This record gives sequence, structure tokens and C-alpha cells, in this order.
Amino acid sequence: MSLPLFFFYLFSVIAVASAFMVIASRNPVHSVMFLILTFVNAAGLFMLAGAEFLALILIVVYVGAVAVLFLFVVMMLDVDLAQMRKGLLQYAPIGMVVGAILLLELLLAATSVVVAPEAAGTSALPIDNTMDNTRALGQVLYTHYVFLFQSAGAVLLVAMIGAIVLTLRHRGNAKRQDPVRQVARRASETLKVVKVKSGQGL
Amino acid sequence: MDALLAALDYLLGIPVLGWGTHIGFVYKALLLLVSLLVFTAFILLADRKIWAAVQIRRGPNVVGPFGLLQSFADLIKFALKEPLIPAGADKVLFLMAPLITATLALAGWAVVPVDNGWAMANINVGILYLLGISSLGVYGVIIGGWASNSKYPFFGSLRAAAQMVSYEVSIGLVIITVLLCVGSLNLNDIVVAQRDMGLATTLGVPWLTFLNWFWLPLFPMFVVFYISALAETNRPPFDLAEGESELVAGFMTEYSATPYMLFMLGEYISILLMCGMTTILFLGGWTSPIDLPPFTWIPGFIWFFAKLSLVFFMFAMAKAIVPRYRYDQLMRIGWKVFLPLSLVMVVIVAFVLQLTGWGWHGGVA
Repeated sequence: MSLPLFFFYLFSVIAVASAFMVIASRNPVHSVMFLILTFVNAAGLFMLAGAEFLALILIVVYVGAVAVLFLFVVMMLDVDLAQMRKGLLQYAPIGMVVGAILLLELLLAATSVVVAPEAAGTSALPIDNTMDNTRALGQVLYTHYVFLFQSAGAVLLVAMIGAIVLTLRHRGNAKRQDPVRQVARRASETLKVVKVKSGQGL
Repeated sequence: MDALLAALDYLLGIPVLGWGTHIGFVYKALLLLVSLLVFTAFILLADRKIWAAVQIRRGPNVVGPFGLLQSFADLIKFALKEPLIPAGADKVLFLMAPLITATLALAGWAVVPVDNGWAMANINVGILYLLGISSLGVYGVIIGGWASNSKYPFFGSLRAAAQMVSYEVSIGLVIITVLLCVGSLNLNDIVVAQRDMGLATTLGVPWLTFLNWFWLPLFPMFVVFYISALAETNRPPFDLAEGESELVAGFMTEYSATPYMLFMLGEYISILLMCGMTTILFLGGWTSPIDLPPFTWIPGFIWFFAKLSLVFFMFAMAKAIVPRYRYDQLMRIGWKVFLPLSLVMVVIVAFVLQLTGWGWHGGVA
């Protein structure tokens, strides 16, 4: 068995096992930890496939930022397990259907090369093996599809601003610090030195 | 079988003894690890000595001459003490947290070029790897704080989570400005670019290498990176995750003995990693400041560690001089000052590079 193959099986087995543990473990924080382990192993698989840029972006974005916020929220939740268990049987069929559809789609995508070999050539951009994949991704996103990419970014920005506008509430009585005003302030404007004779007071 | 033998040769080969064709990877890794740990021991002492000097104290001065062996005495003390695990703690995660911190900090050093081409792994996406490693560093803190099952550590980890994620954003944007100038994500290329192009080369005095380094053209980003690095590594004045005046010792409150030592070790090694990143991105890595004989006789790795120590000295002075920030002030600087500033800088740098045709273009003319 060659080394890449060994690592492929290692990463895959850990990824699948920890994905199972995400739903199987009783403590939600443990679930998130297993989710993170799954992400890291998926990044390892990307790395094996030669997509080092995607692998590291997965680590930086999903593990380093998204999962941290996830953990942040889950840590503060007071989860009542008995309450959650009540709905389990009721929702199980829906979950099974969604899972089955996802599995079917994954299988179709993976076997498309066998089922319809003529479809492989129709992908929009062939993979360019002459450059490293950071450069290749940059070419695709910022040269060939720059308009679509930027408009997707704009849509996300609008969504973000919308979410902030909907949840932001200004409290009128809150005291705010204005560092610009603080720094611009001079002693002569705010301080008055008073000479007080002893025993007399002001 | 051949693959296995090749792997063994790669890892453990000793050509001098007629065994294998490469000098084994394991030996290089061990050399880096040991020198890093010894360096960390003295950096820890230097940190305390500088802090003491600013406050006109003597600092550690009992163990060994001038207290030079203090860190080793601390090491032995921590290793021999009994690790206490709180009754309500999540044992596995509690012990995993310091391991994660220390392992990640050490893993980051795998891609750092300490001299021309001297990196454990000279990978094409080196800088992205470092960014990834430093963004994972937050897990040690969060898990440690949560697994302690105690209020102060929990507050510490909540603070750390928001803080480290915020400052990653500005660090990422600063790295992007440097990458725009270099055109490559390889750390060695970033240093070579600073040696071969820049202000000094443009002025026709290429031997004044220190004018070539990126700290000059990207000076605002250098400052932003330095301050963000302080925040990312939970150094004072941004050490709110452990702020002893409010949270006892923050996320480390329940830790003792070896787990505590691992936390400290991981923290200092990641601080050194950040200093190394500053050196590579802005201070020309292993290049000598002046490209003339007396300076070029000194090998590159000594220059690298000298510059790294200089950056660390600035870290230590910030700790000694600047009072701790309030949490809202910290967030304000991160999101309202650094993020817009570095975003604008990315746009400006991109425009300047496009208009003047300046830049290293990944070494391809």
C-alpha cells in the first residue's frame, strides 16, 4: 500500500467516524469538536488530492472562524437533552428522506463519469495543470468569472448589512466613548486651577 | 515495500553511515525542536528581565549566573508537581487543550524558513498554512476555558474566542498586501523578493538591503500587523483572556503543573512564531541588513533570530509600558480602525502595483 493511499484511508476513516460521532455524542460541545475533527480530515483529503489552497482555506475559514463561532454559541447554550429526545422519533423520517436524497446525489455526482462519460467534457473550464492551484483558482475567480464572483460578494454584503440593520438597536441612554473627542481635548478647556486659601473653602 | 523503504530513508536516513540517501527528516525536525525550546527558555527569561528593568527591578537573579537558568528551574518545578484536575471538569478536553496549544504552536514552525531554503517544508502555500495554524490557536484557549467547568476560565475563553477571530481578519488583510507585492505564497519567495527588489534597488544602491524590506513601503501595515500579532497571541496589552485583575488567570485558572507548562510553552512559541512572521513579511527574513562583507559573513539564520529577538523586544516593551485595554476598546480597534485601514491599504497597494508595474510577480518577469 502506497503512502498516499494509506493517508487517504486514514483521513477518510477518521472523517466518517467523527462525522458519525457528531450526531451520536451526548454533549453538544463534543459534537462541535467532532465536527471540527471532520473538517480537519476533509482538509487532509483535499491536500492529498493536490488542492492545497482549498485545504488551507477550509482550515482558515471553517475551522478557524465558522466553527469557533459555532462553539461559542453552543458552549453558552443550556441544552436539555430530555427535551431534545422527545422530538427525535417524530423528525426521524424527514431526516432519513433528506439524508437519502443527499446520498443519492453524491453517488450520482461520483459515478457520473461512468454513467455518462460524455458529460465530463462539458465542464466550463478544463483543469489547467501547468500552474499551481492558487494561481489557477485566482484565474478562474478573478479573470474568467470576475463579474459573477463580485456580484455574489455584493449579494452576501447586502445580506450581512440587512442582518445588522434588523438586529441593531440604539439605546438612547447608553454612554458612549468617543476616542477622537477624548484625544482632541486639552487640559486648558476642561481644567480650572483654583487657589484656595487654607481654612476658607470655596 | 519500496514506498515504505523510501519513507524510512526520508525520515531516518544517515548517508554517512551508508544508510539511506538523505539526511533524515527526523533529525532536522529534532534539531529545530530542541533549539526552539532552548531559545524559548531564554526568551521567557528575557521577557521577565525586560519587564523588570522597565520597572527598575532586578527580575529573576537567583538560579544560575544573572538568573540565566531560571526557565529551566521553572520547567523542572512544573514537571515534578502534581497536575490537579477539577472534579467537575471534562477530563479529556481539559487535558487536550494545552496539548492542542503546544502542538499547534510547534507545527507552525514547520514552514518557517530560518535561512535560504532552510525550512522543514518549503511549501507553496506557506503563508496560508501559518495563517491557518494561528487561527487554530484559539481552540486551546476555548476548550481549556470550557472544560475547566468554572466561571472565570469560561469568561476568559469567551473573550479569547471573539478577540482572536477579530484580529485574524486584519492579519489576513495585511498578509494580502504583502502577497500583492510578492506574487507568491511561498515564505522563502517573500524573503527573496525583499532581497531583490525595493526602494534600495530602485535607487541604485542594492547593497542597502534594509531599505528593500517591506517595512518601508508598507509601513502602516507593519504597525497594524505588529499590534494585531499582540492581540492574536493574547499578549499584553491585549491579554484580556487571562487578565489577572478581573479573571484570576482567565482560561488558565484551573491549570497546574505540566498542563499549565504546556500552555505557557505553546503561548511563547506562538509568540515567537508571530515574531518570525513579522520578520519574514516586513524585515527581510534571513537577509542581512547591508549586503557588504562584514555583514554577509554572518549566516542567515543568525540574522533571522536576531531580527526575531528585536521584534520580541518590542513585544516585551509593549507589555511593560502599555496599560491593558478594555474589551470594547480592543474590539473597536480591531473592527473600526484596523479592518478599514487594511482594506483601504489593499486597494491602494493593488492600484499602485497595477499602475507602476512594480512588484516581484512571483519571480517571473
